Amino acid sequence: MGEAYCVEGVLFAVTAVLALAGGVGVIAAREPVHSVLGLLLVLISLAADYLLLGAQFIAALQVIIYAGAIVVLFVFIVMLLNMRSGEGRPDRVLPPVLGIVLSAAFAALLIAAAATVRGPAASVGADYGTVQQVGRALFTVYALPFEAASIVLIVGMIGAVALSKRPAPLGAPPARRGVVGR
Amino acid sequence: MSVPAVCYLGLSAVLFALGTLGVLVRRSALVVFMSVELMLNAVNLTLVTFARVRGAVDGQIVVFFVLVVAAAEVVIGLAIIVNIFRARDTVDVDDVDLLRG
Repeated sequence: MGEAYCVEGVLFAVTAVLALAGGVGVIAAREPVHSVLGLLLVLISLAADYLLLGAQFIAALQVIIYAGAIVVLFVFIVMLLNMRSGEGRPDRVLPPVLGIVLSAAFAALLIAAAATVRGPAASVGADYGTVQQVGRALFTVYALPFEAASIVLIVGMIGAVALSKRPAPLGAPPARRGVVGR
Repeated sequence: MSVPAVCYLGLSAVLFALGTLGVLVRRSALVVFMSVELMLNAVNLTLVTFARVRGAVDGQIVVFFVLVVAAAEVVIGLAIIVNIFRARDTVDVDDVDLLRG
């Protein structure tokens, strides 16, 4: 028991440090591709945390959908656009220091709220969080939301095709369009 | 569950705050979008933690639906960002102010 406690504690500490490092990397990196790599680090660390919490199915989904599909999509867009970012300009709306102070206050508030959670965790069986258990709940109690989720995905696919097949970009200012035409 | 739930909730809180910080201070729409993903993941960690604390699987089902919505959201959002870039040659959120926001 004591040994298991130690292993879990060390694993959580490692994943927490990696996730925080990745999170800082996302918002602090100059190059967008470094931000994507930071996001990937966060997602993988969180998948390990889900395993520690007994959510095997969700951990697998996290790796396949988030770390696989969504990050690949981000990398694709970064590669495709090669965008310049005018990050060097002075801020008009919110100075970064104020943003940091606001976010730190918000984090303190959330942690204070989380610290009020009391009581031991429920004891669960060996099949907790497996594909069988989650799938059974998904196809019985949550069958209707599950079907609605498929509609959401269809709408997303149709929307992406419609947006990317647009011949002339919508919202281009008329003057700029004239310049491009010449 | 030998690590107390508060640890997971604290990690989730800090990740969420990092996401808000990214949305507040970064200009590139792509990085802002990634910060939103960071916040979604922080909330997912909270849901999985509470599912484990309660010993019920319902929180994990909610995470499943969040994954579905996040996938659709990323597809649409990135398509919109590509369209904005084609129209205006920039993805800075400060430059896209047609609505005078």
